[in-house]
Amino acid sequence: MRIRFDKLGVVIAAIAAYAAFLAPFATFRANRIVPGEARSILEALPTTAGPILLAILVAGALIALLKTPLVLRLGASVVALAALAILIGVAGSFLTPVGNTFARVSPASGFWLLIFAFTLLLADVLTRLNPSPWARVGVLVVAAVAIGLLLISGQWNSLSILKEYANRADSFWAEGSKHITLALGSLAVAAVVGLPLGILCHRVEKLRAGVLNVLNIIQTIPSIALFGLLIAPLGWVATHVPGAAELGIRGIGTAPAFVALFLYSLLPVVANTVVGLAGVPRAANDAARGMGMTDRQRLFGVEFPLAFPVILTGIRIVLVQNIGLATIAALIGGGGFGVFVFQGVGQTAMDLVLLGAVPTVALAFVAAIILDAVIEMTATKRRVETA
Amino acid sequence: MIEIEGITKRYEETTVVDDVSMVIEPRTLCVIVGTSGSGKTTLLRMINRLVEPTAGVIRLDGNDNRSLPGYELRRSIGYAIQGHGLFPHRTVAQNIATVPVLLGWDKARIKARVDELMTLYQLDPDAYGPRYPHELSGGQQQRVGVARALAAEPNVLLMDEPFGALDPIIRNKAQEDLLAIQKRFGTTIILVTHDMEEAVHMGDKIAVMDAGKLVQYAKPAEILAKPASAFVETLVGASEKPFRLLSLGRVRDAVEKGTAEGEAIPGDASQRDALAELLWSGRPALPVKGEDGKPLGRVTVDGLVKRAARPA
Ligand SMILES: Nc1ncnc2c1ncn2[C@@H]1O[C@H](COP(=O)(O)OP(=O)(O)OP(=O)(O)O)[C@@H](O)[C@H]1O
Ligand SMILES: [Mg+2]
Repeated sequence: MRIRFDKLGVVIAAIAAYAAFLAPFATFRANRIVPGEARSILEALPTTAGPILLAILVAGALIALLKTPLVLRLGASVVALAALAILIGVAGSFLTPVGNTFARVSPASGFWLLIFAFTLLLADVLTRLNPSPWARVGVLVVAAVAIGLLLISGQWNSLSILKEYANRADSFWAEGSKHITLALGSLAVAAVVGLPLGILCHRVEKLRAGVLNVLNIIQTIPSIALFGLLIAPLGWVATHVPGAAELGIRGIGTAPAFVALFLYSLLPVVANTVVGLAGVPRAANDAARGMGMTDRQRLFGVEFPLAFPVILTGIRIVLVQNIGLATIAALIGGGGFGVFVFQGVGQTAMDLVLLGAVPTVALAFVAAIILDAVIEMTATKRRVETA
Repeated sequence: MIEIEGITKRYEETTVVDDVSMVIEPRTLCVIVGTSGSGKTTLLRMINRLVEPTAGVIRLDGNDNRSLPGYELRRSIGYAIQGHGLFPHRTVAQNIATVPVLLGWDKARIKARVDELMTLYQLDPDAYGPRYPHELSGGQQQRVGVARALAAEPNVLLMDEPFGALDPIIRNKAQEDLLAIQKRFGTTIILVTHDMEEAVHMGDKIAVMDAGKLVQYAKPAEILAKPASAFVETLVGASEKPFRLLSLGRVRDAVEKGTAEGEAIPGDASQRDALAELLWSGRPALPVKGEDGKPLGRVTVDGLVKRAARPA
């Protein structure tokens, strides 16, 4: 029998081999800011766990390397990821001397590369299985529950990022909810303003170019500059409009961050609404009028549903973009996960930076998967006619 | 009754429909023929005000069609759009139900009507009802388009090349069904077509359009016998005329006394079919039977050939 290699598998196996045998698995530091010492898999884990993990990784890499059935590849990636997730926690407790509260253990490059390699394998399998939108959301929920269980079980408590969390549990959730409020709130307002504006631009051709150009220009202003530009007008509003200051409107803080995110969100929402409405087949519009629909019935019954997948794509762009951009809000006292990132940068405490960055990335990822699934669900039902 | 009076439509400098006047009697089927771009669709769409005329009036049963808001007018007029124009995001059943829903019929009545129409057009309601238009063939889509136009049992039906995408067998069936519906409900139908055969077969009257003008509006026999211009003559096809004329008549009207050998032809077959059968089988005469199967007499080649000659 000829041995056949999987193309992507070669890459995955190479990364996994390097990460497992040459790169450090975990980093040990005597306290949170001193440079760390690298530990390999065998050094970082108790006597039996180390070889077991290596065996799992080698087997997984081999399965990835050769042309194997999809189910086997799926199993290999899930087992490898689960083993890595559990054992990094074990490494944390194993490397931390008993009773030492200053020592920090964090995952090192080898761990991250292994996670990357097997996530790549998992993603590849999932793409080839071509799951339905519901199945994709299902996979996401399973992964989220698994991670949630690991967090609750305390399995990871000995890792540095969770020690940073333990010190800031209250402010973590406060900043987290502020982050989500900023990202979702500005999106909601952008949708409320942008959808009618997009419809207006579609109906009134004269408005279209002008509005889209202005929004395009706003989009190119760097975020810090936009914050700066907003300080003066919002400050003026706060002092001159009665009640504004009580509502939290100020030159710095949440208000300018919210306004900036809102402005950035407008272009994708308006542009996609215009493009979506323009893409409605002429015959469908014609039939709608011919059957006796009023303008409003045609808008909500025909144009809007047909444009919906495109509009939703705009909303997806905005949501993912806003979750990332909201990090910057911390710079002007707007709160959010960015607070930890910038504090961490200031203190050169990498773990603290991660405490802000990891949830941000996770949120963006979850938002993207869910919205992609929704878009696909709406689009398959409302496929555009070919005639 | 539909009265079209001095209707003109201009787009900037070009006149697309030019001073057309015609009266369509109630419960009749009027066919509009003409070359591509001659303004047929535009004329049709001025009746339900999808296009507003530049000049002229259209009255439906004596009422100016501008006396109602456009959307209300259109709900009362069936419209089968050129190239079907189904809603891609709605199922076949939902598409057909469009106007009844706009009119606020109750659910049971809508469902019954949709099932009735789908059955009429040979689309199994359970199998095809929940499908989306892109899951149908072109001919099926077109039938759904016609069913949608019929859904609210309109008194007036505008049809823009409704049978273009159908194969000859289904087209024949669809034409017969439409004629049956028209008889049963007394619908006034205006049908646009490119197909002269269809026009002669279906129309109580034929309107011939050329470059926006109505060049002749008359009964099919008259159009065939006395084309008003060289254009109409070419359109009806000079070499086809005798056969078209024959296809207008029924065998029962050409029966002569006497008997003949062989299988009998039904009395309501067209004279054209009878002549074809005679020529094909090489016989001089065919027996004719009535609906009850009783012999009515016979038709002869000579008799039919005389009828195919230009009427005086
Ligand atoms: N909205 C419009 N603006 C400008 N010109 C138009 C418009 N609609 C139709 N026309 C022109 O009017 C003429 C007649 O169009 P119409 O659609 O009535 O033709 P038709 O007889 O239905 O042709 P076909 O048999 O190809 O469907 C064409 O030359 C067309 O280009
Ligand atoms: Mg036309």
